[in-house]
Amino acid sequence: MTSPILTARSGLARRLYGPAGWLAILVAVLVAFLLFPVLNLAVAPESPFHISAYWVTLIGKIMCYAMVAIAMDLIWGYAGILSLGHGLFFALGGYAMGMYLMRQIGRDGQYQSDMPDFMVFLDWKEFPLAWWNSDQFWWCALLVVAVPGLLAYAFGFFAFRSRVKGVYFSIITQALTYAAMLLFFRNNTGFGGNNGFTDFKRILGTPITTPETRMVLFAVTAAVLIGTLLLARTIVTSKLGRILTAIRDAEQRVMFCGYNPVHYKLFIWVVSAMICGLAGALYVPQVGIINPGEMSPANSIEIAIWVAVGGRGTLVGAVLGAFLVNGGKSFLTQQFPEYWFYFLGLIFILSTLFLPNGVVGLVKSWRKK
Amino acid sequence: MSAAAMHAPGQSGSGDASLGHVATGTLDATHGVVLYLEDISVSFDGFKALNKLSLAIDVGELRCVIGPNGAGKTTMMDVITGKTRPDEGTVFFGQTIDLTRLTEPEIAHAGIGRKFQKPTIFEHHSVFENLELSMKADKRVRKTLFAKLSSEEGDRIAEMLDRIRLADSAGREAGLLSHGQKQWLEIGMLLMQEPKLLLLDEPVAGMSDDETERTAELFLTLAGKHSLVVVEHDMAFIGKIARKVTVLHEGSVLAEGPLAQVQEDPRVIEVYLGR
Amino acid sequence: MRLILLLAIFFSTQAAALDRALVDKLGFGESDEKVVAINAIAASGDPRAAEVLGALAEGELQTSGKLVIIVKNDEAFDAASGDKLALPEEREDVVANNRLRGAVSAALAALKLLSPDRQQRLAALKELSDNAEGADVAMLGIVRRALAAETDPGVKPLLEQVAASLELKGGDREARIAALQRLAGSSSANAKTLLLSYIETEKDADLLAEARKSLRAVEGKRAWAERAGLAFTGISLGSILLLAALGLAITYGLMGVINMAHGELIMIGAYTTYAVQTLFRTKFGAAFDWYLLAALPAAFAVSAAVGMLLERLVIRWLYGRPLETLLATWGISLVLIQTVRTLFGAQNVQVENPAFMSGGVEVLSGVVLPYSRIVIVIFAAAVLAGMWLLLTRTRLGLFVRGVTQNRAMASCVGVPTHRVDTWAFGLGSGIAGLAGCALSQIGNVGPDLGQGYIVDSFMVVVLGGVGQLAGTVYAALGLGFANKLLESWQGAVIAKILVLVFIVIFIQKRPQGLFAVKGRMADA
Repeated sequence: MTSPILTARSGLARRLYGPAGWLAILVAVLVAFLLFPVLNLAVAPESPFHISAYWVTLIGKIMCYAMVAIAMDLIWGYAGILSLGHGLFFALGGYAMGMYLMRQIGRDGQYQSDMPDFMVFLDWKEFPLAWWNSDQFWWCALLVVAVPGLLAYAFGFFAFRSRVKGVYFSIITQALTYAAMLLFFRNNTGFGGNNGFTDFKRILGTPITTPETRMVLFAVTAAVLIGTLLLARTIVTSKLGRILTAIRDAEQRVMFCGYNPVHYKLFIWVVSAMICGLAGALYVPQVGIINPGEMSPANSIEIAIWVAVGGRGTLVGAVLGAFLVNGGKSFLTQQFPEYWFYFLGLIFILSTLFLPNGVVGLVKSWRKK
Repeated sequence: MSAAAMHAPGQSGSGDASLGHVATGTLDATHGVVLYLEDISVSFDGFKALNKLSLAIDVGELRCVIGPNGAGKTTMMDVITGKTRPDEGTVFFGQTIDLTRLTEPEIAHAGIGRKFQKPTIFEHHSVFENLELSMKADKRVRKTLFAKLSSEEGDRIAEMLDRIRLADSAGREAGLLSHGQKQWLEIGMLLMQEPKLLLLDEPVAGMSDDETERTAELFLTLAGKHSLVVVEHDMAFIGKIARKVTVLHEGSVLAEGPLAQVQEDPRVIEVYLGR
Repeated sequence: MRLILLLAIFFSTQAAALDRALVDKLGFGESDEKVVAINAIAASGDPRAAEVLGALAEGELQTSGKLVIIVKNDEAFDAASGDKLALPEEREDVVANNRLRGAVSAALAALKLLSPDRQQRLAALKELSDNAEGADVAMLGIVRRALAAETDPGVKPLLEQVAASLELKGGDREARIAALQRLAGSSSANAKTLLLSYIETEKDADLLAEARKSLRAVEGKRAWAERAGLAFTGISLGSILLLAALGLAITYGLMGVINMAHGELIMIGAYTTYAVQTLFRTKFGAAFDWYLLAALPAAFAVSAAVGMLLERLVIRWLYGRPLETLLATWGISLVLIQTVRTLFGAQNVQVENPAFMSGGVEVLSGVVLPYSRIVIVIFAAAVLAGMWLLLTRTRLGLFVRGVTQNRAMASCVGVPTHRVDTWAFGLGSGIAGLAGCALSQIGNVGPDLGQGYIVDSFMVVVLGGVGQLAGTVYAALGLGFANKLLESWQGAVIAKILVLVFIVIFIQKRPQGLFAVKGRMADA
């Protein structure tokens, strides 16, 4: 029998996943990079094995949501900070990518102008400052993470430093995304007002709606999702991850241990926001539209329920929750549109009442029995 | 010439790193005193929790602080650890470190450890992890992301586990420990910080007699190497460890001295037995 | 111009039958001549002037040969004398183009200034001052006469203004100066536009200086009027926010329950009002105006019942877990919205104001306070007072305060804490219902009604400080004012954003709100 100390000690050695975990990731890689492309592009549409464009887009979209769920889990499940404004970071990433896609339309818009249609419509003669360099992919790709990151940093710096916590924090993040939504609804803000950005034609010069482009976007999303998962896993299995959980459970003690919780919260908050921005940027070219509705408080709060359903504090739970809830959503909104809100409402109520640890927690407790 | 050199840019603050996290400097206790409190006053909505409190703790001293409820014992600890800012008065750690200017983590970093009245540990971490997190180390974000436990650090944790008699529970979730074990774990966590001054708020509350006995022994071995301030109600425990006792009443020091002397002080008797 | 004026004065002294020459011009003259005739006829002040002009407006004025006649119900009358005639075979309509119609209506209005009926005089004044062309100078005589006769304090200032505008057009120098000086006393928008246009045309330096002086006076008064109007809309919005937030001040402020479905309880109150209104319309149409009296208790009761049900079924199990409560109550809000959609449809429903709440009172020229808003301000104050009494003067209030301050202790001394929770939550929800009833009177009622208020009402409670009734009041009024002030400066959306940003910054500075609870337990 080995000593408990040795076991506890070896538990701290950095191990991202056990064999089963790596196997699951390998399967995910094979499905995303082999199975889906082959079944979508190579198998004839009549074949029962063919995967339609609808499914590619749907799964691609949900993978973006899964990234947001991971981001939310990092901040809520691990650090105990519930954000009701993560939709804002997602949308900002989406808008940054959207700007580039709008520029890629070139003169193929309705008004055949170099300016996006909505600017022609508003009779603008030149691009607003925020659009500077937006025809460069690298610049917009930078904005995708930099804008949510900087906003999160500025907001988080003041909020965490002033020790705004718990529900207070949640409510002001909600106010933040609500204010941003109102701002983006204005035409004068310069991002297309109500309609946002849509009718994209090209990305990196290639047509955006072809099956091949769609498949590439899908594969990129899958790769980024797996990358995000590994990054998040790296963070939560590190000493830093343990400190985050410690902050969630006993912030006072963390402070009196000599850690400054503000820095830790800020770190994970910014990382989380940047992941959301990335997810939004991958979402927009696949779905083909971004508008201020993405910033509505309702959207942000829905993110929390994906994580709650899957299981807080387990990354795989967050991914699972995103797939379960959004899969259910696209099924129900098609089959029984009027029941979706009942269903969603009940998920919120029942999962908080009866599934405190989510589906993953449920499976774990079954296994123990 | 020398004056000019002192004001040259880049010369200032060589010893005490002035950037953010470790703005603490080193402890200078050359006069044999580790903690000075002078004329500290704190009031909450008109209620004077501390009223011109003055106190000095020597290096290596074990000081017991007693006093009835509301005497200001916990507020005094809050002031020392930076949780509460005093309305007036000064708090110095050694000769040079002004505690009223530092944040809680900075104070902890400077070498003050605090145990709360209610055991405060990381309930969802294992006992081993609790000690690992509190261990003296570089506590900045970037370092902790890439930190690896060295074998020497592992050994120190193992030693501490033996010392606080939790070796068998090393892998257990700390929330599952008994109340007394939690108290010990918290003390162990403080010691992992290698503090120069330990503030202990009711360390033996909820412990069995046996555990209380062992705690007294532990404290006596710590005194000398560390300075300790112990707030307790359990007079039997005080009797076992006390050398010098301070009695607080209505936010200021009522009496100070050896336990026997204090116990005979008529003012102390009046405060404890009612007027 | 002068000639016409002289004519007008000349005719105004003649109170006998209408001058046939004028009437003939009305029938046969060119357009310009007709206008002159219209004004002259009106200026005569003859009792039959209104009849003839009215006939022209109605298309009843016709010509037959050389005669101008009025044809009514196949009977003909001589336009000048009013004598009955045989209906001639050959008749032609006197066509009134737009210009003529304008002149006729202004002239008729001027004539009505002499009417003994106050309402008619007021309507006439409104017509004259709203008319883009303004009354013709020919009417000056009538207006002067009306002014001399007018005693009603509600009518006289308006009349003076119309008179002044006419004097400026047609009066002599002294009359103009007098008119300008009189205008200085006005605070209406019309006076301002009048003066502005006058300044553009006048060349005489003295008159110009006088006009500028008057303009400054008017603008000064208008600034005050605008400020007063702004203050009122601020109070009005503040009282709406207060109503929306008062219920939350109990459920969140006192009990610490984050109820994201609070907005939906407001919405339910509004829909209950709608249901009661529909019931009254179909069953007791006669008493329709009194439906609000029944709707208030109904809205309170329905929302309170829903709230108590929620507390029993869901919220009770989540006490002490605020974030979970937040999510669960959000779920509840979704279910409630969808239920209302299923029951009443997704479209907005129409809630009609009772008659006594429509309209408004004009405190200053251009500043109209709608009765519905005034009622809501009073109502909010009443609800606040009621709630305060309930919390400080009743047993339930005592229990609620006891339980919220120290649950364990309250339980020890025999307070049924669970039941108090339910009742307190019911009370907060019921007040939300009252808010919904009030909101139904001033805005759209739809399933999404509550969503618009949830962020705002949380802001009010958080800004005011948790558990602080006084703080809630100040925060609501303050936010109302701030919102309206910024709105007048930068528009509604930017105002809203600025307010939200301000609150976000404020909370960082003072996390405990305006009225901080300080002390050892503050951040426990």
